[in-house]
Amino acid sequence: MSTTTPPPAHHLLEGTTLRERTRDATTDLRLRASIGKAVVRFSNGRVEALSHLEDPTALRAAARRVRHDVLARLPAVLDRFADNVIANGGHVHWARDGDDANAYIAAVAARIGARSVVKGKSMASEETALNEALQAAGTSVVETDLGEWIIQLAGQTPSHIIAPAVHLDRFQVRDILQPEATDGRVLGTEPEELAAFAREQLRARFLAADLGVTGCNLGIAETGSILLVENEGNGRLSTTVPRVHVAIMGMERLVDTWEQADLLVNLLARSGTGQHLSTYTNIITGPRRAGEADGPDELHVVILDNGRSDVLGSDLHESLACIRCGACLNVCPVYRQVGGHAYGWVYSGPIGAVLTPLLAGQHDEAAELGNASTLCGACMDACPVMIPLQDLLLSLRRRKAADAGVAERAAWRAWSATWGRPRTYRASLKAATTGRSLTGVLGGFPGAARWTEGRTTPVPATRTFTERWNHAER
Amino acid sequence: MRAALFVTCMVDLFAPEVGDATVAVLRAGGCDVTVPRGQVCCGQPAWNSGFADDAAAVARTSLAALSADDAEVIVVPAGSCATMIRVFWPELFEVVGDHEAAAQARALAGRTRELTELLATLPMPPLAATEAMSVAYHHSCHMLRELRVEQQPEQLLDAVGGIERVDWSAGQRCCGFGGLFSCKLPETSVAMADDKLGTLAEEAPGAILVGADTSCLMQMRTRAEHEGNPIVTRHIAEVLAAALP
Repeated sequence: MSTTTPPPAHHLLEGTTLRERTRDATTDLRLRASIGKAVVRFSNGRVEALSHLEDPTALRAAARRVRHDVLARLPAVLDRFADNVIANGGHVHWARDGDDANAYIAAVAARIGARSVVKGKSMASEETALNEALQAAGTSVVETDLGEWIIQLAGQTPSHIIAPAVHLDRFQVRDILQPEATDGRVLGTEPEELAAFAREQLRARFLAADLGVTGCNLGIAETGSILLVENEGNGRLSTTVPRVHVAIMGMERLVDTWEQADLLVNLLARSGTGQHLSTYTNIITGPRRAGEADGPDELHVVILDNGRSDVLGSDLHESLACIRCGACLNVCPVYRQVGGHAYGWVYSGPIGAVLTPLLAGQHDEAAELGNASTLCGACMDACPVMIPLQDLLLSLRRRKAADAGVAERAAWRAWSATWGRPRTYRASLKAATTGRSLTGVLGGFPGAARWTEGRTTPVPATRTFTERWNHAER
Repeated sequence: MRAALFVTCMVDLFAPEVGDATVAVLRAGGCDVTVPRGQVCCGQPAWNSGFADDAAAVARTSLAALSADDAEVIVVPAGSCATMIRVFWPELFEVVGDHEAAAQARALAGRTRELTELLATLPMPPLAATEAMSVAYHHSCHMLRELRVEQQPEQLLDAVGGIERVDWSAGQRCCGFGGLFSCKLPETSVAMADDKLGTLAEEAPGAILVGADTSCLMQMRTRAEHEGNPIVTRHIAEVLAAALP
């Protein structure tokens, strides 16, 4: 099965370094302007929306407890969820990895003779590169979330977890959509006009589709329900118009009870877009039953592992608590300057820097993502489930250091041998002040010379504070 | 009160005048200041790079030097190094399996204070700047989000006669230093500094940029210098010391 799947097109990581990608992004002033504007809007919105809650910090702490409770007994909660999906008349597929998930969905499409698939926004399907797999099998796929449709037409990957085309301005969006106006219309650049055009184009695709594929914000185990939030109505159409609906759910995107779901939904949109609630909150419990007017004939839930089992119980397991609101991206000063593509895979920002090395397979290029942070901690303060992202990034750095090359290890060993003893530490500072140069102090750190790229060289003082103090004491 | 100063490598090497100013303001607040011998760096560069053993080798030396001093408080004129000692030393020593040092670090953490955090509790004399000035305060990340020291530095500045403190929208945003981040991703680091410096120029033109970490100030000053931006940076200890009676 997996041999028929094309290589995932989303592995931008390969062959590039984090520094190359971030350097290129910082030279793109148009990108930085688009990202800067969006993240300010989102993060100001988050602060405003949370301020309407009586005690947002207590709610976040409660949400964290909910996520930890579910993760601590994940196998049992997953079984309960799957049993109830099946009891409702749905099908469940446990997908070991992305290829497995794609093959199952392609097989469903083939069995029902699907010629066209409409997709709601789904990061899990980005992770598995589902579109490429379905297209390789001869099925046409149309993304129906406006941002996703734009980047699909442009042949790009999402640059933000909840706003995939956030790196593009309306002029770029117009240029991308223009070729879709096959009736000779010339599109303007007003967002309302572009949205109306997309609505008209996509409506026809919905009506023609045989299969709808969506993500899943939360699975609710006690009733086997799928909760899907969105703002455009495309999720509702994708799950009701086509004959068959497949939802792809990351294995950890689960709660046990409606009460738990209620708490998380209360924080999700507030943290992400600054909305009190998304425009649409879809709750899907089984396929259409006899006598019901709406809904698909078949409902499938693909539960995606793809490395998550290995993360459970590890030093990075808290990353599985993520509810994909994007708040950490919006407050991250690094993301703000470089946008999402610089992270190299489908997830970006602080949570992407942690998830990519865990879920994208073993790449050296992924392992260095722990460095895409100043450890400023803004992500931790914004996270609705209080994931200590900077601690996880530090854990990643320790994992990477454990695999470091001889030269890097030797440099740190030399540094700690010198700076770990008062006499040699003082001699090292003395040499720097005498020579008014840092060569002997920081020259040993790999890459320290790069400081002067864009900055003047700091010059040591003529005498250290300690020398002055000791002199004065005598 | 007796206060033992942890100098920090940045102040010792690049900004001894910040050390002098720190001593001056502590004495003005009634402290008897000592500088424990045998102290080195806090180990943060190695810790943040993932080399916990090397960080521990350096931190252990400073831990021994500071623990040997029975001063009521250990005072640190840098939010980042204060955080390393108070928050990350106990974790660091646990990570490398040195439980004895971890216990010692936890004991030390209880009496370690960042400079402005301590000053805010001292009976300071009335302060007045020698000439009127406008200042913009830069909140350093570790101090703000790990130590939760947010209001003290602003309140200290607000209490100085002749100083007008300007609020600015990027005051709590990272400057892009991040230790070796600045050298690993220099273009991004510099872009982050430009973001702050550009916002400052827009919202508080002419204001002196004041912070509590020599490292952040060095990042922003050397970037500004490189770009021919005449912005002036000052450590908060220097601003307060210059306003002593």
